[in-house]
Amino acid sequence: MEESTFMQSLPAQLLASTLRLASPLLLAAMGGLLSERSGVINIALEGFMLMGAFAGAVATHQFQDPWMGMVAGMGVGGAFAALYGFFAIQLKANQIVAGTAMNFLAAGLTPFFCKILFDVSGSTPTLPIDIRFGSEPIWGAWVILGLLAFVWSRTPVGTWTRFAGEHPQALDAAGLSVNRIRWATVVASGVLAAMAGVTLSVCLSSSFARSMTAGRGFMALAAVIFGKWKPIPTALACLLFGLLDALQMRMQGVQIGGVGVPVQFIQVLPYVATVIVLAGFIGRARAPRSLGLPFEKV
Amino acid sequence: MAFFSVFQPVLAVVLGLAIGLAFTRFAGESPLHVLEVLYQSAFGSAYDFGMTLFHATPLVFTGLSVAVAFHSGLFNIGAEGQLLFGALAAAVVGRALPGLPPYIAPLVAVTAAFGAGAFWGAIPGWLRARRGSHEVINTIMFNFIAAGLTSWLVLEPLRNPETQNPETAPIAAGYQVAAWPVFDGAPVGPALVLALLSAAAVWFFLERTSLGFEVRAVGQSEKAAKTAGIDAGHIRILAMALAGGLAGLVAVGEVLGNAGRFKVGFSPDYGFMGIAVALLARNHPIGILFAALLFGALHKGAMDLDLETENVTRDLALVLQACVILSVSADGLWSWFKRKALSPRGGK
Repeated sequence: MEESTFMQSLPAQLLASTLRLASPLLLAAMGGLLSERSGVINIALEGFMLMGAFAGAVATHQFQDPWMGMVAGMGVGGAFAALYGFFAIQLKANQIVAGTAMNFLAAGLTPFFCKILFDVSGSTPTLPIDIRFGSEPIWGAWVILGLLAFVWSRTPVGTWTRFAGEHPQALDAAGLSVNRIRWATVVASGVLAAMAGVTLSVCLSSSFARSMTAGRGFMALAAVIFGKWKPIPTALACLLFGLLDALQMRMQGVQIGGVGVPVQFIQVLPYVATVIVLAGFIGRARAPRSLGLPFEKV
Repeated sequence: MAFFSVFQPVLAVVLGLAIGLAFTRFAGESPLHVLEVLYQSAFGSAYDFGMTLFHATPLVFTGLSVAVAFHSGLFNIGAEGQLLFGALAAAVVGRALPGLPPYIAPLVAVTAAFGAGAFWGAIPGWLRARRGSHEVINTIMFNFIAAGLTSWLVLEPLRNPETQNPETAPIAAGYQVAAWPVFDGAPVGPALVLALLSAAAVWFFLERTSLGFEVRAVGQSEKAAKTAGIDAGHIRILAMALAGGLAGLVAVGEVLGNAGRFKVGFSPDYGFMGIAVALLARNHPIGILFAALLFGALHKGAMDLDLETENVTRDLALVLQACVILSVSADGLWSWFKRKALSPRGGK
């Protein structure tokens, strides 16, 4: 590529791919934010995304319609998250352990069913471009962010969720069910993360592939923490991480002064940044007080 | 009830496996046939059993790693990153100091692996103790950072020029530890002994030394430990360093005993499986040996499913492991079960 065209086209292309790559992060991070703020740790986002990506690709292929894929993905993601909720909330399993198990389960079940349905365990059939999403999930993610930010700050639902994570006893004393709110946020996190997964398999690429989420669920979780568990800063963190992702893709194989750019360094930046923020080197990041604690009536 | 503490994990494993195997009905297979394939593939011959032990060995190390941190009250999700650092250190030492005499050389590499893992574990320990940031999130982040750093080091400065594979150049011959011939070529050797010794050493450390007592005291009640004059932060940094070092020892079986080099992606999530192993063993060092054997057997057993069954692939290992973890972790279920089934008055 010519040096000059490379530089000219760079800003516009970079912006476009930043938005594209940020949207699945944003959707999954909104899910993570909801569940974490209500007091349920969510390291299973990765698994929820993977289930959504798989179900979305299968249903899109089956019905030749990406919207059917989206609906199926959301349904499967929600159901899968309900299973997590059953263990984390109802059976009071350790949330980190149960979350790890959900990630294992998703990583195993998706190729397992892929093999049964298509006789290959690696990926689902390629979806032609006319039955894939265009830019709907890309801007849709931002519409959902707007809705969520509104619900978060202007409706009682937001307050209840915050109380479930900060001071569940107070919520209980007010006559509201802590566990019902946590159930709702966990299922919502599954639906949102699955939408992120469908975005990956039916919009950003053309099929489901084994382990295609490649750590994006964890990166969404990092964005929640980098955004200090608040909606708008979390969205900005997703944009930043999307930009870094776009940059590292852009820099693959690019040489500056005869030396290859170590893209791995760009890849780890989101995680390094999250560690720095969490350590309190940039302001204070405080987790919800009751995060990870099962609710016990006193 | 002492009986229940052994009985419950066994029951949970049976329940988890039954549920996991039931999935194979979707693939039109008989769960019993799949179980038989799993068993044959894991224990059917000396070689198969050797491969099971080969996969169980790293799980002993990562299981111990999670357990040691857990005894100090911390959740180490970072064994995956720590073992990458350990393996890289072993591979680097094995290249950089080729002239060391045999017997000394592997010891140096083991020390380096332990040290590198300990370093990578100690940082989240320090961040927790001194900056108050949560070790769960930090260790997850450190896994990704370790994956990025090690893959860059392996792909760029340390790359094996002989091949296109993402791996380092081989370590010097003096570092390689030989496999025992009894296992018909399965790479099982001194790493297994080291794993057994480590489990015994961790047990001795936790139960019989005053430092180990302090670790457990901090884990049980930070406040009480502080009142007793224990520096909880110091103890936690130490526990995380020890946890990281144990995870780093995965290098012995893999780098010194098997590949002879660092291969990018060599670990099939040994670090995450270590969480399950420690959970199943209730963080008891000796129980971890059995739990690691089970998870190693599931991993190896599933490898033959691709060939031996029509529609079930080795991915079933993950499903089975997940079902076992979920079944073991369901505290509410087991306390209900204990109340209902085991109390003489049947509940209340």
